[in-house]
Amino acid sequence: MLLVQPQVRQDFPQGNAHVVESAAPLGECARRAAMGHPVISFENVAYSYGGGELLSDMTLRLAPGSFHFLTGPSGAGKSTFLKLCYAELLPTAGHVSLFDREVRSLGRDDVAHMRRRVGVVHQDCQFLDHLPLAANVTLPLTVSQREIDGGDLGDLLAWVGLKHLADALPPSLSGGERQRAALARAIITDPEVILADEPTGNLDWEMSLRLLTLLVELNRMGKTIVVATHDLNLIRQAKAQIAARVLRISNRRLQLAGADL
Amino acid sequence: MARDFLPQLLRRDRQSDRVVPRSGHTAWLTSFTAGAMTFLAVFALALSMAAGRMADRWSDALARTATVRISAPADQIEMQTRAVLDVLATTPGVESARALSDEEQRKLLEPWFGPDLPVDSLPLPRLVELTEDSAGYDADGLRQRLLAEAPGAVLDDHTRWRRPLAVAAGRLRLLGLVSILLIGGTMAGMITLAAHAALAANAQVIRVLRLVGARDSYIARAFVRRFTLRALAGSAVGALLGMIGIAVLPSADTAGGFLTGLGFTGWGWLLPAALPLLAAVVAFTATRFAAFSRLKELT
Repeated sequence: MLLVQPQVRQDFPQGNAHVVESAAPLGECARRAAMGHPVISFENVAYSYGGGELLSDMTLRLAPGSFHFLTGPSGAGKSTFLKLCYAELLPTAGHVSLFDREVRSLGRDDVAHMRRRVGVVHQDCQFLDHLPLAANVTLPLTVSQREIDGGDLGDLLAWVGLKHLADALPPSLSGGERQRAALARAIITDPEVILADEPTGNLDWEMSLRLLTLLVELNRMGKTIVVATHDLNLIRQAKAQIAARVLRISNRRLQLAGADL
Repeated sequence: MARDFLPQLLRRDRQSDRVVPRSGHTAWLTSFTAGAMTFLAVFALALSMAAGRMADRWSDALARTATVRISAPADQIEMQTRAVLDVLATTPGVESARALSDEEQRKLLEPWFGPDLPVDSLPLPRLVELTEDSAGYDADGLRQRLLAEAPGAVLDDHTRWRRPLAVAAGRLRLLGLVSILLIGGTMAGMITLAAHAALAANAQVIRVLRLVGARDSYIARAFVRRFTLRALAGSAVGALLGMIGIAVLPSADTAGGFLTGLGFTGWGWLLPAALPLLAAVVAFTATRFAAFSRLKELT
């Protein structure tokens, strides 16, 4: 069992010129940080699939504003761990809480509402191929029936370097463009937590660094970040810039691996 | 659910309409099914209404009337006819009675034997038509009196064959209504299958929508609205074609049979015109049920 409680950041930056301005999140993060409430917590969590236990006895509290890398060999359960974090999967044992609410107690509408507070960058990006990039990026706003500000969207697409591809369909995008578009979609609702599953898996080093820079900027704005990755160089690069912690899944259990890197 | 029907149907959200891609075969299958079923429903409705009218007409035409048939040798027929009329004139409950003329009898037989039937030379029974008053008469007592006064007279009070006809017409009307229910049920089943197919084909779309925070009601609405509008459009075409088909049938006045009486009159034309709305309600309910049951299977 491992208890991870990274230091709560005290130095939330005051925004970034490239990022869509938002009203609530910084205040919410600061409030949660002040109260010491984790945004995501696992208590003795296990997950079994097909008769075998994939994850076992995981205890973890992710503080608001923290930055974590999640590593481990292929098939170790990194994606499963992230899916437990946004309630796509339910633990077979133990308790997972999102924003202080036990996921098993959430109704389907509650889960939908929670997911608006968690931006996810999936390994395979998962776009709606019949919609142009801009519509895919604004999808979280569309489904929550919130207004889409064209100026903010333009700023966001410019921030991830995709403004010129706003009308392109996802199948025509390169791997790096898709990953950046997925990041833009993940943050357009100004979520408190961003989960990224192998976001640099298909990218070259230069593009990986660019994506890392975006994630670091978001963390400096107070977002809680969890990145599942194999890329140790990327982790070292990040640790040079921020106080990132490294979690490792090994033998179905979670370990703090920061000292090894 | 009923209160959601009109708002969901009328409120167009261009963004949410786009999130589900337009799928080919389920689109035309829904429209075609709704159109074909509504076309059949128009005819079932026309059949039901025609049967209803026929039952009413038979009841009205035959109600409170009866016939006395007098079969007697030629030299006694006039005497027995007078005796029957005398008996009827003194029977409580009989409002009026009269013997049919040869011309009237010829017209009665004309559909079977043609217009040139020599009634005078045939040993046809004489018919006396009576109309009862509101109190009615005692049929058994009248038969006894007729037997005593005119041995060749037989009272036919019509109920013997009117009742089965009226029952048959009523059953026909019921069959028409049952047909409409079956057609509606079949349409609901077909649209449910089409909706399930569309939901299965768009499983990945639904998964993405769920992952970015879409509620089930939002996802369902995108499908429900589309299927409802498709059913409404298909059904409107089917209803229009059915009404045209009914309108071009020969009228009852010129041909005078049951089938030619198949149709609508006056306000009755509003009923087939309302079928598309009914189809839309069926499609709305079926798709909504299919969508929510399918979505509950997904995380």
